[in-house]
Amino acid sequence: MEAAKLEFLRGTLDVLILKSLAWGPLHGYGITGFIRQQSDDALLLEEGTLYPALWRLESKGLLQAEWGLSENKRKAKFYRLTAKGRRQLQQETTTWQAYAAAVSKVLATTQPNRPLAEEIG
Amino acid sequence: MSLNRMSRRYDRFLGPDIAADVRDELRFHIDAKVHDLIAQGWPEEAARKEAERQFGNLRATQREGERIGDSIERRKHMKEYWDDLLQDVRYSFRKLVRSPGFSAVAILTLALGISVNIVVFGILNEVILHPLHVTEPQNLYQIFHQEWMSGGPSYPAFEDFRRRNTTFAGMAAIYGLSSVGLQWNNTVREVSGYDVTGNYFDLLGVRPELGRFFHESDEHGPGSAPYVVLSDALWRREFHADPGVIGTTVNLSTHPFTIIGVAPPDFQGLERFFWPGYFVPMVNEEQVEGWDFLHSRLYNPVAVIGRLKPGVTMQQASDNLNAIAHELAREYPATDRDESARLVRPGLEGDRGVVIREFLSSVMVLALLVLLAASANLASLFAARASDRSRELALRVALGSSRERLLRQLLTETILVSLLGGILGMGCANALLMVLSRWQPFGTGSEHLVIAVDVRVYLFGLFLSLVSGTAFGFIPARHAWQSRPLQAMKNNPPESAYLRRFAARDLLLCAQIAMCSLLVTASLVAVRGMVRALNAPLGIEPKHTVVAEVGLGMVGIGGDEAHAKQKEIIDAAESVPGVQAAGIVNFLPLSGSGMSGIPVYWPGTVDQSLSNQVLDTRVYPISPDYLKAAGTRLLTGRNVRWRDDAHAPRVAVVNETFARKMFGNGPAVGRHFLLWNELYEVIGVAEDGKYVDLNESPICAVYTSTAQMGQSSTVLVVRSKLSSGDIAAALQRILTDIAPTAPITIRTWENALSNVLFPARAAAAALGVMGMLAAMLALTGIFGMAAYSVSRRMKELGIRAALGARRFQILHSAVGRPFGLLVFGSFVGLVAGLFASQLLGKIVYEANSRDPLVMCGAIATMAFLGFVATLIPARRALGLNPSVLLREE
Repeated sequence: MEAAKLEFLRGTLDVLILKSLAWGPLHGYGITGFIRQQSDDALLLEEGTLYPALWRLESKGLLQAEWGLSENKRKAKFYRLTAKGRRQLQQETTTWQAYAAAVSKVLATTQPNRPLAEEIG
Repeated sequence: MSLNRMSRRYDRFLGPDIAADVRDELRFHIDAKVHDLIAQGWPEEAARKEAERQFGNLRATQREGERIGDSIERRKHMKEYWDDLLQDVRYSFRKLVRSPGFSAVAILTLALGISVNIVVFGILNEVILHPLHVTEPQNLYQIFHQEWMSGGPSYPAFEDFRRRNTTFAGMAAIYGLSSVGLQWNNTVREVSGYDVTGNYFDLLGVRPELGRFFHESDEHGPGSAPYVVLSDALWRREFHADPGVIGTTVNLSTHPFTIIGVAPPDFQGLERFFWPGYFVPMVNEEQVEGWDFLHSRLYNPVAVIGRLKPGVTMQQASDNLNAIAHELAREYPATDRDESARLVRPGLEGDRGVVIREFLSSVMVLALLVLLAASANLASLFAARASDRSRELALRVALGSSRERLLRQLLTETILVSLLGGILGMGCANALLMVLSRWQPFGTGSEHLVIAVDVRVYLFGLFLSLVSGTAFGFIPARHAWQSRPLQAMKNNPPESAYLRRFAARDLLLCAQIAMCSLLVTASLVAVRGMVRALNAPLGIEPKHTVVAEVGLGMVGIGGDEAHAKQKEIIDAAESVPGVQAAGIVNFLPLSGSGMSGIPVYWPGTVDQSLSNQVLDTRVYPISPDYLKAAGTRLLTGRNVRWRDDAHAPRVAVVNETFARKMFGNGPAVGRHFLLWNELYEVIGVAEDGKYVDLNESPICAVYTSTAQMGQSSTVLVVRSKLSSGDIAAALQRILTDIAPTAPITIRTWENALSNVLFPARAAAAALGVMGMLAAMLALTGIFGMAAYSVSRRMKELGIRAALGARRFQILHSAVGRPFGLLVFGSFVGLVAGLFASQLLGKIVYEANSRDPLVMCGAIATMAFLGFVATLIPARRALGLNPSVLLREE
């Protein structure tokens, strides 16, 4: 379990939060659960860092918060994507995928062509 | 999610509790976690611990949450506020567009009031509030003789003051404006500037823009410092801003001077109305002026300025100067009997500054009154509109609009109007001030006022528009505040409220009319004063007369040569067909120059000290036909002749005042007096005239023969039947023929007199405009009220007409009230005008509001305004058709 725990890269938490809200409003606890489940428990975040990220997204106008009732009928704060948030999610997803693909491609290289080295050698 | 809405509603009441929100949110998280852990089989205690461990630093998160929450909340408030405001502005705008007549009248009325104020304030700002462009202007004073409107000390007395005082850090003397012929590139041009003592620039703390200034160390006795500093404007105009002129030599009235520097563009010395073209060291004044005043204690041609030592009060300084004056009186009993001094703020021609400041301040007050009248006008406009809209407003209150919101909306509307009016007004004012800045009323380059419109002026305009906006916006707002929805919807406003509201508006209208009649009175006084000034007996007849100033001295023609040239010029001018008379004089009366304060003694007086003088007089050396050309009537005796030359006995024509003061009521012709140590015989008496300005009390004047008192300064006066253009062209030809290089200025005498008439003209123009604006405002104000009261009482009037009321009774109840207010208000305004005209008297020639013509004029104007304003409403009231009217409702 410890080995699978991955550190969050800067900025990735935001896009994950946006993604988790893509299908409808969730409260903070729901978001942590979503991230854990969808990453097969590979991504573990210190839960305390989730909330400041949520509030910052709210203050940027990407999320909208509303008080509502949870599944077990308790008062909880629900977050929902705004139109701006949805656009941001699309954009970041594209960027992230391109980035990840590029990094994976570089890391997947087995025998590099090194024309420069040959010329010098 | 109905809970949502509800909690948000509570937010409005209590304000959101951010800390509690964050706490609730985090607690929910922990609780949910604990719940899940227990479900997984954890014991409760351990589950809670584990939940908190996984969460991390709870307290820090809470704090951060509060911080972010605060900023979100603030932003939300701001956004709501702006949204509401935008909505209000849009709504108001639509409202205004929907009643274009009302909006146009409101905005224009305010724009007029505002622009008048900005123009006046712009001038006031420039003339009074702006500091002079010198170092520490607050320590600088002008040193004046004790007597009102007098001048400074003589030059030697100035030297004594400067050497002996202990209270001034420095003292400088200025002679100005002087005129020279500036010779550059083979042309001679007349330019004017200052002769100043060497320490002048150092005393003022000004740095040269180019080259250097002269200093006290450059002066080594008379004629030792042939240097000239150019003003920036002259340098650009005559020398095309060529830096290479520094170090070159130019001729000033044929004397070579070296250009050593150029003054900075904003430097104009200490007088705000003058822009001197050059500065020459005082030790060289004789070359420039053609006479030596540095060694005579008799004349006081210089202005003296001084900078107080730090910590010295005005009182201490003038005590110090007066102690010195006391010493001088002992040392020079013949000439320095009374050199008592006082300190005056420099900048506005000494004592004239007091008058100018008072005048500008009172015009400012009048302008504010105009604005107040405009505001009152707008207030009644808005009030009338509000009461017509009372049903709409009541409906909105009934539908749940909060009163605050309604109030805000109404205020938005008035502020919108006031800002639009303000912007329009500022635009107009700005354009007008720009024109004024470029305006040079006296035709020469050295006398004008540059008005820089700065931030202060704009702030003033903004402030005025907002204040007047909120002031008149308050009335409809109050109306909305008090409105009772039910009663208003029932069509009939409650009678008591109706009456009370009417009283407030009555007061407004009455005040407005009072102000307007005050302004009308003031402007009539000024206009009448100007008419009088234009028709005042000047002792000359400027119509059909052209004057030509010939700068013979400026090209080095003097003495016998000048006399010969002058004779030649007169002969040539007289030979032009159509010329009735041509004569010369050294300086024209009312031109601001001339010999004055010359002491006159009885024949045989040996001790010619000032205490023995009979009177002092102005002296005008003239050619034989001058009096005829000038239109000055000779009352008795004969004129001077060419035969009265240097070899003949000295003769003089004196004016009536001189004759009366010197010889009493007996005949003056044949009597003698001593002038400049020579015995003169009176050969004629001429009529009195004005010599310095229009408000002066009678002054003595002596006309001597120019053949006996040579003068290179020459003004040709030609009276003719020709058009001024033709005669000017003929004179130009003659003069360039006889004196090819001398600078020549030819204009009609009426034109040349414009500087004398300027104060009266400016006052009449300023007050005339104010009066007209006020009259317009009074007209619209009375009209608005009368029309409104008729339209409100249509039904009542109709019933009364149907019941057989007579026309007069209907008229009385329709427009009686506005008319009564008009009479009362006008009376108050007239009485105020009576008291306000004293000040006006200092500027406008013989201004007097007790003048029956002015009184009648003011009353007639107000009556006319009242008649015009109530005419249409009255006709409407009389033309009511009861049957039609009663059927309507």
